[in-house]
Amino acid sequence: MVVAIVADAKVWRRRAPAVQLAMWAAWLFGASIFLVCWQLISDKTIWPFVLDAPVQAADLAARMVPPDWGFIAKLWRPLWDTLNIATLGTAIGILVAMPVAYCAARNTTPSASLARPLALFIIVSSRSINSLIWALMLVTIVGPGVFAGIIAIGLRSIGFCAKLLYEAIEEIDTSQVEAVRATGATGAQVTAYGIVPQVMPAFAGISVFRWDINIRESTILGLVGAGGIGLPLNAAITTLAWTQVSLILLVIIATVVLSEWVSAKVRHAII
Amino acid sequence: MAYLILAFGTTEVNWARVWEGLPRGAQFVSAFFPPDFTSRWEEIVEGIGESMWMTVVSTVIGIAVSIPVGIGAAKNIAAAPVYYFCRGVLALSRSFQEVILAIFFVKLFGFGPFAGCVTLAFATIGFYGKLLAEDIEDMDPAQAEAVRATGAGFLQWINFGVQPQVMPRMIGLGLYRLDINFRESAVLGIVGGGGIGATLNTSFDRYEFNSAAAILLIIIGIVMLAEYGSGYLRQWMK
Repeated sequence: MVVAIVADAKVWRRRAPAVQLAMWAAWLFGASIFLVCWQLISDKTIWPFVLDAPVQAADLAARMVPPDWGFIAKLWRPLWDTLNIATLGTAIGILVAMPVAYCAARNTTPSASLARPLALFIIVSSRSINSLIWALMLVTIVGPGVFAGIIAIGLRSIGFCAKLLYEAIEEIDTSQVEAVRATGATGAQVTAYGIVPQVMPAFAGISVFRWDINIRESTILGLVGAGGIGLPLNAAITTLAWTQVSLILLVIIATVVLSEWVSAKVRHAII
Repeated sequence: MAYLILAFGTTEVNWARVWEGLPRGAQFVSAFFPPDFTSRWEEIVEGIGESMWMTVVSTVIGIAVSIPVGIGAAKNIAAAPVYYFCRGVLALSRSFQEVILAIFFVKLFGFGPFAGCVTLAFATIGFYGKLLAEDIEDMDPAQAEAVRATGAGFLQWINFGVQPQVMPRMIGLGLYRLDINFRESAVLGIVGGGGIGATLNTSFDRYEFNSAAAILLIIIGIVMLAEYGSGYLRQWMK
């Protein structure tokens, strides 16, 4: 127990003086980093615009009600495209993620010195580049449209699915694998009967989870021309048709809430 | 299954255009060997710097705001009206993609990193607050009860009964969110929210694939570094 002597009486202290001092220093250091960063941002900000924001917000809100309900007839097609982008993208992502995860997991990788680092690099690069950036690249390569969106979502999903999947593979019960191997099974048979059944529930959960995220992500891909509901959103914003914007936002919220509900249901059914 | 067939059937793909684009794809891939770090170096440095400041400021502000919201959204602590209000805030912040939020914040606050910062902070609230609330709901009530039995006030109770239980996981999640915010800050520039995204977008628009490749490699490198760094930091904290 740490005590300090104050006026000849022992007073309880939570930490030793040196520890306390170190913690103060750490906080001071953290706070000064924050303040320096804040200063740098503040320099680049036009404050009158920021102070003007409440007026702008009120103005915008006034322009957005009531939503232009008639416009919804033109939204079904982009909405359908959005769903397709998310679903097909997830499917592609998972298909590619399976072998990558197999190579990345420590206990199944064919070669720890070559295949594993390569697989980990694929995972990190897919995860660190946002799907919007993937879409931006793919639109310049394969042209605007749904196809670019699907591939972008697929590429982005690889890293996420493969990472969670390989962590699941690393956590499997080795005694089951051992038991299958003891029957004289070949490498492929060990994978099929010893490993796959164990990671199957995690795998299904991951796919549904990613699908849910992908619905959210695919709503914005249209901003760079990759199809889906982002396309009319972008058009409405650039033409300042705010009543249409508010309708599209409502549709997006409804879709996201619905997809979250569906994925929660499916995950409950699986687990 | 029927859905998949239908989805495939109704997806319009302009294969001619895809075919035409393949050489350009090859050109893009070849741009990675070697990437061009030099010709846009100053813009890149400025953009990356801006992204980093945005990340730091928005994570700190977002977490600071999400702590009261998260405590309010924990069912075993907050009263019913507070609970529903805080849950509402979390749901609102989670239902929109960062980029859509950014479009509106850019509209409100003008172009530049400030709008991006507000966006990221707002998105952080939803993420961090929700996880904090769930963590508090899962805590061991006996410890909290024991602190309450000493006659602690509400703040003392939170500080000594609840906080030590959720702290280790929350530090890890804070680092994870820092990581996410950096990645997200790379795209906010596309809609005018400041950061490296603006530079990236410009280099794509000008078909300067070598510079774009350099920027992407830098982003990947920093994220990789952050991931390893936060992994070590988390191990050290345990």
